[in-house]
Amino acid sequence: MSNNILEMRSITKVFPGVRALDDVSLTVERGHIHAICGENGAGKSTLMKVLSGVYAHGTYEGDIFYEGEVVAFKNLRDSEAKGIVIIHQELALSPYLSIAENIFLNNEIKRFGLIDWNKTGQEAQKLIARVGLRESPDTKIKEIGVGKQQLVEIAKALSKRVKLLILDEPTAALNDEDSAHLLDLLRHLKGQGITCIIISHKLNEIASIADKTTIIRDGKVIETLDMAGGKVDQERIIKGMVGREMENRYPQHTATIGEEIFRVENWTAHHPEETSRVVVDNVNINVHRGEIVGLAGIMGAGRTELARSIFGHSWGSKISGKVFINGKEAKVSTIRDAIDSGIAYATEDRKRYGLNLIDDIKRNISMASLKEFLKRGLVDDNREFVVASEYRESMNIKAPSVNSVVGKLSGGNQQKVVLSQWINTKPEILILDEPTRGIDVGAKYEIYTIIQNLADSGKGVIVISSELPELLGICDRVYAISEGRITGEVEKKDFKPELLMKYMTTEKGH
Amino acid sequence: MSMQNTKKESFMDNLRSRLEGVNLRQNGIFLALIGLIIFFAATTPGAASITPDNVSNLVMQNGYILVLAIGMVMVIIAGHIDLSVGSIAAFIGAVAGVFVVRPLEQDGWEWLPALPWFVGIIAAILVGALVGVWQGFWVAYVGIPAFIVTLAGMLIFRGLALMTLQNSNIGPFPDEFRAIGNGFFDKENTLGASLGFPVDLNAAALVLTAVGILALWWREITTRRGRAKYGQAIEPWVWFLVKNTMLTLMIGGVGFQLARANGIPYLLILMIFLIVIYSLIMNKTTFGRHIYAIGGNLNAAMLSGINVRRVNFWLFVNMGALAALSGILIAARMNSAVPKAGDGFELDAISSVFIGGAAVQGGVGTVTGSMIGGMIQGVLGNGMNLNSVGIDSQMFIKGLVLLFAVAFDVWSKRRK
Repeated sequence: MSNNILEMRSITKVFPGVRALDDVSLTVERGHIHAICGENGAGKSTLMKVLSGVYAHGTYEGDIFYEGEVVAFKNLRDSEAKGIVIIHQELALSPYLSIAENIFLNNEIKRFGLIDWNKTGQEAQKLIARVGLRESPDTKIKEIGVGKQQLVEIAKALSKRVKLLILDEPTAALNDEDSAHLLDLLRHLKGQGITCIIISHKLNEIASIADKTTIIRDGKVIETLDMAGGKVDQERIIKGMVGREMENRYPQHTATIGEEIFRVENWTAHHPEETSRVVVDNVNINVHRGEIVGLAGIMGAGRTELARSIFGHSWGSKISGKVFINGKEAKVSTIRDAIDSGIAYATEDRKRYGLNLIDDIKRNISMASLKEFLKRGLVDDNREFVVASEYRESMNIKAPSVNSVVGKLSGGNQQKVVLSQWINTKPEILILDEPTRGIDVGAKYEIYTIIQNLADSGKGVIVISSELPELLGICDRVYAISEGRITGEVEKKDFKPELLMKYMTTEKGH
Repeated sequence: MSMQNTKKESFMDNLRSRLEGVNLRQNGIFLALIGLIIFFAATTPGAASITPDNVSNLVMQNGYILVLAIGMVMVIIAGHIDLSVGSIAAFIGAVAGVFVVRPLEQDGWEWLPALPWFVGIIAAILVGALVGVWQGFWVAYVGIPAFIVTLAGMLIFRGLALMTLQNSNIGPFPDEFRAIGNGFFDKENTLGASLGFPVDLNAAALVLTAVGILALWWREITTRRGRAKYGQAIEPWVWFLVKNTMLTLMIGGVGFQLARANGIPYLLILMIFLIVIYSLIMNKTTFGRHIYAIGGNLNAAMLSGINVRRVNFWLFVNMGALAALSGILIAARMNSAVPKAGDGFELDAISSVFIGGAAVQGGVGTVTGSMIGGMIQGVLGNGMNLNSVGIDSQMFIKGLVLLFAVAFDVWSKRRK
């Protein structure tokens, strides 16, 4: 048997309009911790979904060799039967069940067809001891913290006799202590012969724990680095992650920057449920007329939380700080106040938070500014049609008419509807959260042009994005945010991906 | 196989593009209603279903369900449900009885003078709105699911109805009060007499019917012109003519039969008024639009600055007032406030709304659709009665109609 537990050969996975994986090959040695790095959207998660059977055999091209034989997983159950277990960033535990019940969920220990609770408790006890968790197996999941929940997930994987453990951003939501414990556990499991693939943005962790690191960018493997001997540092990984051609992907633009239009002072917000957890930590930012300001941070850094807490306190608890628009303090304690003050926020998740998918384009566009369409107290639907049609024209929304249902449009066209909706509220400042997520390249270019036109019309624009090249391509200034704090501010003339990536991965106390 | 598929699809696409601007679902149930009417006209002995008296009865018997269905469709579009409307109707019927008939004979109400009938009605509707304030508070501001709040309300208000009635009935009501449930516009046919009409043909009914038909055509044509002027999609003109001719025949037929009976019921005038007003509210006011937005995507509605709590609150206040009106109509028609009034009416109202094309998940539905849904149920029940179908089979059939109507909805949506 070869020394490689896994070989993925020439994997190509195509979604409508997007080539998510392009001829990707990955080799993982038995007993190694193999890290996969890449920006959001690079294709890491897609690759893991191909491996674990979430995308069934036949929906992708290429071959997977596992333990020396070709495998064709149809679903997660198939891959788990072979000892491949994936633990997602969002943990799949049922909060009101106990640790033991969660570990054996859908894998129950039975006797005469009934669940054997004694044996379940006994086995669970062994497993949680193996992962170093000091809790009773009867404790409910909701009563333990995220760090311990992560350990329960690993115990659950062990119960399935895992050989290849895949962890997607395991430490993203953990504090330093829990992260350190988790990494120790992974080293320990490695000693027991369990192979591990870890997807992470925390490059210092990767540098300390991984045997090999594969870098993926735009659905392609860029390189696989041998981490032995500590020769590879964070800088080296960053270089691989960001070093791409940047011509022609962003429209040319010269900004005419005016006076300050928007300022946030000492903005702090806590988690809505865990009200003692600071998620946005004393943030100070400003935006000028005509300026496009980027907010760069890895997932979970507090970007969206910052934006939504400013936008009418629509996220968080115990929010403090001041917002100024055109030098005057603005009232933002409800969403209506925020909109009336001239703030618009276009969400990162347009399907869940942005659009009424079962309604038509025109009613979605008028949704946040319906009062503008009133004539003698009634909505003038002909004017609504006309205004929406103007947006369809100017934004190039591809649909037969504005009476088309929004749910049937492509991602790019839906995003244009979202932008139209907010532009029609006549805002001073637009906060655009991941404005190009899930959109193909051509539509991205159009969205960038729209953003630049907005800035040129004298508005202030904040763009939140996980894609660093995008921010560097269209912004005039970028703030880096990490763990809820602004860790850096870079002017256009100083734009260098490595510098920003360093700020974005700055951790507390480092 | 794949060739066939593409062929079939392109045919369907073709059909769909031809039908753009035609609301298939809405027109589908309208056609179903017409079909039912024709079916029962043909099968009932002596075409009993379309005799003047039966048409008149049909209108009078279904009015209070339709009033409930108007409020219910709004609640359902917003993604809620209201199980308490039947009990509220009974409670308000009792309250109206106390107000206008005999406060003096009910223990504890001696302080209240017997109110003039119209003051009593307004006061009773206000009490209904207060009931809505109570339920709206729990749903909108405390965040308890409407299913629970109104399930509790179903018991609470039935209990209050019994308490108010003190285990008896209240009646009879004054003639003016009874007229809203039982009366007819110009029943004596004074207009007909002055014009030299036959005694048994109500002239006022014919005039009102003509006015109704003219109003329909005027509205349809101006709307169509308005849409065309702004380049909006319009129905093919053949369908436009067919649809409105059918509507005209239906309205004309009903009007003529009513003229041969006792004339136009006040209840019908009230219903048409409510349907027009509430259609306007749902389509053309910010309140109505916000209801659709909340039902379509609660999160998006909230992030668009819609005050979701306030909208939910007023929805239930409105539902309470409409349930109150329904209770008054029931009491007026029965000439008595009774403890069992409105029993099970919430289910009829909910069925009307879903047969009328509303979506269980919210966001979809219309007032007119629910009215057609209610009429389908009414015509079906009435026709089966005339055909001497047993109550057992009637329940069975009504259940299937509801199930298949919603199944058709789900199925047609999945095909898209």
